[in-house]
Amino acid sequence: MRNFFAVYTKELRSYFVSPVAYVIAGVFLFLSGYLFRNILMSFNFYCQQFSQRSQFMSGAGMPQLNLNEMVVTQFFGVMDFIWLMVVPMLTMRLFAEEKKSGTIELLMTSPISTVQILMGKFLACFTLYNLIVALTLVYPLILEVYGDPDWGPIWTAYLGYFLLGGTFVGVGILASAVTENQIVAVLLAFGGLLLLWLIDWSATFAGPTAAKILHSVSIIEHLQGFQRGVIDTKDVVFYLSFTFFTLFVTSRVVESRRWRR
Amino acid sequence: MIEVRNLSKTYGDVTAVEDVSFIAEKGEILGFLGPNGAGKTTTMRVLTCYLPPSSGSAIVDGFDVVEESMEVRRRIGYLPEFPPLYADMTVSSYLTFVAKIKGVPSAQLKSRMDEAMEKTGIAHQRNNVIGHLSKGYRQRVGLAQALVHNPSVLILDEPTVGLDPRQIIEIRETIKALRGEHTIILCTHILPEVSMTCDKIVIISEGCIVGEGTPESLMSQLKEGEVLRAQIAGPSDEIRELLSGIDGVLDVVDDDTAAPKDGDEQAYIVTAAPGHDIRDLVAKRIVDGGHGLRELRGLEMDLEDIFLQLTTQEAEA
Repeated sequence: MRNFFAVYTKELRSYFVSPVAYVIAGVFLFLSGYLFRNILMSFNFYCQQFSQRSQFMSGAGMPQLNLNEMVVTQFFGVMDFIWLMVVPMLTMRLFAEEKKSGTIELLMTSPISTVQILMGKFLACFTLYNLIVALTLVYPLILEVYGDPDWGPIWTAYLGYFLLGGTFVGVGILASAVTENQIVAVLLAFGGLLLLWLIDWSATFAGPTAAKILHSVSIIEHLQGFQRGVIDTKDVVFYLSFTFFTLFVTSRVVESRRWRR
Repeated sequence: MIEVRNLSKTYGDVTAVEDVSFIAEKGEILGFLGPNGAGKTTTMRVLTCYLPPSSGSAIVDGFDVVEESMEVRRRIGYLPEFPPLYADMTVSSYLTFVAKIKGVPSAQLKSRMDEAMEKTGIAHQRNNVIGHLSKGYRQRVGLAQALVHNPSVLILDEPTVGLDPRQIIEIRETIKALRGEHTIILCTHILPEVSMTCDKIVIISEGCIVGEGTPESLMSQLKEGEVLRAQIAGPSDEIRELLSGIDGVLDVVDDDTAAPKDGDEQAYIVTAAPGHDIRDLVAKRIVDGGHGLRELRGLEMDLEDIFLQLTTQEAEA
């Protein structure tokens, strides 16, 4: 436990002593803020149009303008794509750098298990991810000041991001473990995540059974429920097991030096 | 104590180390000597549980490197060829991290760190960032890292490479000061380093051990016999015949490397069979024969000659 904590603090510290954490948080918040503004502006535009028209139409048959549906869900729907690009940059150094600089030799010859090393690194990166995600709470808070959003779906969306983040970091850390080149690690993670993202697209052209499988391995498919305010055990289990799977494979990859004779 | 038995390590088709066996007793410094690419680092990586052996075994302090890897890792301090440093950390935060993952109890953490920094002479650099240190100080931080948990076994892979002469001397002094407390394996391709610091030498070439023993025993074992250089005034034919006639002398040749002296003075290299001390006899015969003995001295093969002889023989074979 102490070993794990030593690795965890070391990794987290190294994000914050280098510009990495600040630059990534800054770029992410800038982009998400820009998107949030535009989504809000278009909602504003609809509102104005709506109020003009409602003078001519009245009562039933009028569509509802929903702040949650039109702003919150849409905003969360684009934020996950930014994360898809950002997480590989958070994870790329975790193992690749240790291999390149030779410090992996220190870790592997110390009385500390591979699982402790891996969990220290994983949780450090996951902590940073959640810190940045927590900063985006400022957007729903702005809505709260000027409107009346339903907080239920917002919290479930954050739960979805929490689970999705584990999977993203898991894939990223696996990519970092297979190479000593950080660029390769980024590209592998990004390519892998993008494929898992787009995989349900090909479901359209697949047979019914294959389509079902393709749908269920798509990492984004499982997020949509959370964004609508639905917590489905199926989705929770998907993310948790996916994360566990990537971490398991990573530990085997890191350990492989020990049993490859 | 370290015991290596019939250790082999192959990478795919390439054999890096083949059938290596040696023992390092408690408290001694064992020099592991060999040219670059001879398999030194591979052997050290097996000893430190970084790589598994392909066959054979290695026992460190009574624990097997494969079966009881955690116990071995607790007892070993390892300075790899490239010190495993985190450039963005300060010396003290780095050593704290290493001490923690090496399992140093919190209560002893501070005293262990101070001791390691004291021994390696980096106490005044403790708050500096490692990335800003000079090569020599980085090497010392690497050494401190290997010492911080007070391991019974220290494995140092080329600890003086890339340092300036003054730093090399300082690091060697540091290593010598550690003798007795720790069993030390010192890997190097630099000969004076082993003859100066080590109690025992193992010479490795192309993955195989080609020589083993104390620096003295290695030298005497490899001497093909006593070799003398004699500078004598007198007719050279007569002297050569005289020298050849001495019991135990195998060969007499002129030493042409010396500048010719005035008159009939000439230098001879006299080689005797092993175990024959011919110095007194040579002196006596020459003086009895009425010739002028100007100089007589034994030629010693130094470690350099032995090393070259062993490693090149291996290459030819």
